[in-house]
Amino acid sequence: MTSTLNLHQVHSDYQGQQILKGLDLTLAQGEILALLGPSGCGKTTLLRAVAGLQAISQGEIQINGKTVSGVGQFVPSEQRGIGMIFQDYALFPHLTVAENILFGVAKLTTAQCKARLDDMLALVKLEGLAKRYPHELSGGQQQRVSIARALAYEPQLLLLDEPFSNIDAQVRHSMMAEIRSILKQRNVSAVFVTHSKDEAFVFADTLAIFNQGVIVQHGRAEDLYAAPNSRYVADFLGSGNYLPAEVVDGHSVTTPIGQLRSLTPLSQSHAFNGQVFLRPQQLALSADDAGVGTITERRFLGAFCHYWVKVEAASHAYYVEVRSQIMQFNVGQRVGLSTEPHSLVLFES
Amino acid sequence: MILGLARSWSLTGYAIATLLVLPLFALLLQAAQPDEAVFGHLLSTVLPTYIANSLWLILWVSIGSLLLALPCAWLMARCEFIGRRYLQWALLLPLAMPAYIVAYVYTDLLDYAGPVQRSLRALFGWSSPQDYFFPDIRTLGGAACVLSLVLFPYIYLLARTAFMEQSLSLAHASRIMGCSPWQSFWRLSLPMARPALAVGVALVAMETAADFATVNYFAVPTLTTAVYDTWLGYGNLTAAAKLSAIILLVVFSLIGVERFARRKQQLFQKQSRIQAIDLYRLSSMQTLLALGYCGMLLLLAFVLPSGILLSYAINYFEQSWDPLFWQLSVNSLTLALITSLVCCVIALVLMFIRRVSPRSSDALPSRLASTGYALPGTVLAIGVLVPLTLLDFAINDIADWLGMAGPGLLLTGSTTALVFAFCVRFVAIAIGSVESSYKRISPSLDMVSLTLGQSPRRLLQRVHLPLLTKGLFAGALLVFIESMKELPAALLLRPIGFENLATYVFQFVSDEKLEHGALPAIVIVLVGLVPLIYLNRSLEQDNR
Repeated sequence: MTSTLNLHQVHSDYQGQQILKGLDLTLAQGEILALLGPSGCGKTTLLRAVAGLQAISQGEIQINGKTVSGVGQFVPSEQRGIGMIFQDYALFPHLTVAENILFGVAKLTTAQCKARLDDMLALVKLEGLAKRYPHELSGGQQQRVSIARALAYEPQLLLLDEPFSNIDAQVRHSMMAEIRSILKQRNVSAVFVTHSKDEAFVFADTLAIFNQGVIVQHGRAEDLYAAPNSRYVADFLGSGNYLPAEVVDGHSVTTPIGQLRSLTPLSQSHAFNGQVFLRPQQLALSADDAGVGTITERRFLGAFCHYWVKVEAASHAYYVEVRSQIMQFNVGQRVGLSTEPHSLVLFES
Repeated sequence: MILGLARSWSLTGYAIATLLVLPLFALLLQAAQPDEAVFGHLLSTVLPTYIANSLWLILWVSIGSLLLALPCAWLMARCEFIGRRYLQWALLLPLAMPAYIVAYVYTDLLDYAGPVQRSLRALFGWSSPQDYFFPDIRTLGGAACVLSLVLFPYIYLLARTAFMEQSLSLAHASRIMGCSPWQSFWRLSLPMARPALAVGVALVAMETAADFATVNYFAVPTLTTAVYDTWLGYGNLTAAAKLSAIILLVVFSLIGVERFARRKQQLFQKQSRIQAIDLYRLSSMQTLLALGYCGMLLLLAFVLPSGILLSYAINYFEQSWDPLFWQLSVNSLTLALITSLVCCVIALVLMFIRRVSPRSSDALPSRLASTGYALPGTVLAIGVLVPLTLLDFAINDIADWLGMAGPGLLLTGSTTALVFAFCVRFVAIAIGSVESSYKRISPSLDMVSLTLGQSPRRLLQRVHLPLLTKGLFAGALLVFIESMKELPAALLLRPIGFENLATYVFQFVSDEKLEHGALPAIVIVLVGLVPLIYLNRSLEQDNR
């Protein structure tokens, strides 16, 4: 597989502050990558650097093997062959849907233009709206026009900057699925910026987690969720419990809730003292009057219940969050705690 | 922002800006030249009086217009009574009246042979000026009254907005703590409106400092009339430049006050607006008083002068409606059209550079270009004359040297100087208009256009230009109107034998027979009404 986008040690400054601090990233042809991080972490800056709208101070950016930003090299935005989708859709208000879609299309005959337009309108399911103006469309329709406009230009790479944040929560997920299938259908490589892990999970193939100008972890969403390499990644992708843990052998640790066994061998050696990370749904409760925990809080959430369980060990009390489909535990009840079989995640204390 | 925007854009911007600030710098350079003969003479004789007159005039007009404007602003912003809706925009009408026309009308009414004194004499049986006292309008005080009458709407407008934008909960709090409406006004509204009032007063003071026609007509010698006389009377550019520099000093300190006050203003204005139900409902007696005050002001500042102008125009219609009137109109129109076109092009280019350039220094040209607006017409004219005269001489010298006949006064002897001066003075209006239009264009449109393969020039053509048409049109219109009205610069820079509506009307004012120039005067007033329609529209939006 050839890589569409290649970042090598990219640095960028803005008003004397380092926004990007040495990024490395590759994107395969047809891959959709989500840049995930809290606002202000530099993910939009990176997107703009790729588009040639933001200068980089060090490093190199390559698109399809060609250096577009680098030492003494700069290809202007208009020659990079990039499509960009914005939070505010950025449709030209003075142009119709058809004129917007064909804005970047050059050197085509009238017939070819017509064909391209029809193709795009069919792709984004906006047939019959070609003569409308942007203000006559709904938010979702506007976003689809902006996708069609970017794709009509046949970009080598599509960049999406928080494209779904202005769309109603009810239709957001179906919209994401729809646009994802359009991109997959055309085998478009895309980089997608978001601060929402849910959007990233639904829309992207791979995730790059951003923190303060650095990529902390990059990989398939499932892998990052199951095996985060840091507390930052672990917490960013969902809540979880930290319990003290000591490695007993290649597969097990002892914790305040008892001995836990990992499905895969542990990388830490014997007598390693650290913490085990357990997601709420990786824990299971059982009614047990001699159990290690006491339920302190119960929250009913429809399909499941969230319980807070107090575990007393040595002279210390730990509170553990458990997500369970068993609804009948009550506050004050003693329970036993066990884990669903999975690969354990251990961190340094 | 366009990374790697070609340097030629920046260079273009700086070239335009340099041209536009040339008069200011030339003026200051010229003012630094030694000139004992004329300026020294002025300094030891009349100059102190001129300066004192200018400063007194500024002070009196500031106080006068503040006193006239405050009650109107408060009534319109915080009270509800019959006729308020109409009065609130009608009170802007005096802005359309050139002060020298108002001055003329009142002189005609109030002087010895005028209808007021004639009826008084008939009534009381007086027969000569020794029998009674009547104030002379052709004095500093008279000029202050006339200028206050036409300039107070500036303060009215700003104070009204300030009163409307004051937080309602503060007003409620003061009332709950026992303040009467009157105390609430003195202790709360007025102090909070102070920055807005300061901005208004500074604007009025700047207009007063720039006034030439009124004081010239009243024969009150001030700095502006001194500049005019020194240049046209003595032909001494250095002395005129020195006098202009003194005016500039006054104007720039006023701008300093204005800027400072504007910054404070932001602290005091909050989002929550006064609603219709929170207005004080006036009793019928109070309504009568309010209507009486505002109506009287409107009558004196607009209705009476324009009525008299209209009656002149009707009585002398036959004499005025002639080919000369058409020629003057064409001259004014052509001048104003060219000026507004040039200003729009300059504004578009400078603001485009400012928007897309990655170099922060590229914001400078548009700022520099806007400074011309601060120059009073008289001062600007001297500033334009300095470099253009030099250029004219240089052109003729070169022609001489090449053995050809010199072209004469190519620049200063033609309307070029006039157009140039107008552009320097009014380009700021076009820049402001384009700037506010640009604020409404999302920066992501620029980025999309660039990533879709469009060059910066194509971005300007295909995206910015169509989206800026409204702003450009509004800017062009305002520049057009200002160019039609501008008098002092036109008086000093027009080629010999060239007249436009403004200079022609002023000629008749000076010759004490405005009756013959009433038709062109009405055209000037009507043209001046157009921007008020714009202002009124923004007031209506305020009300919603």
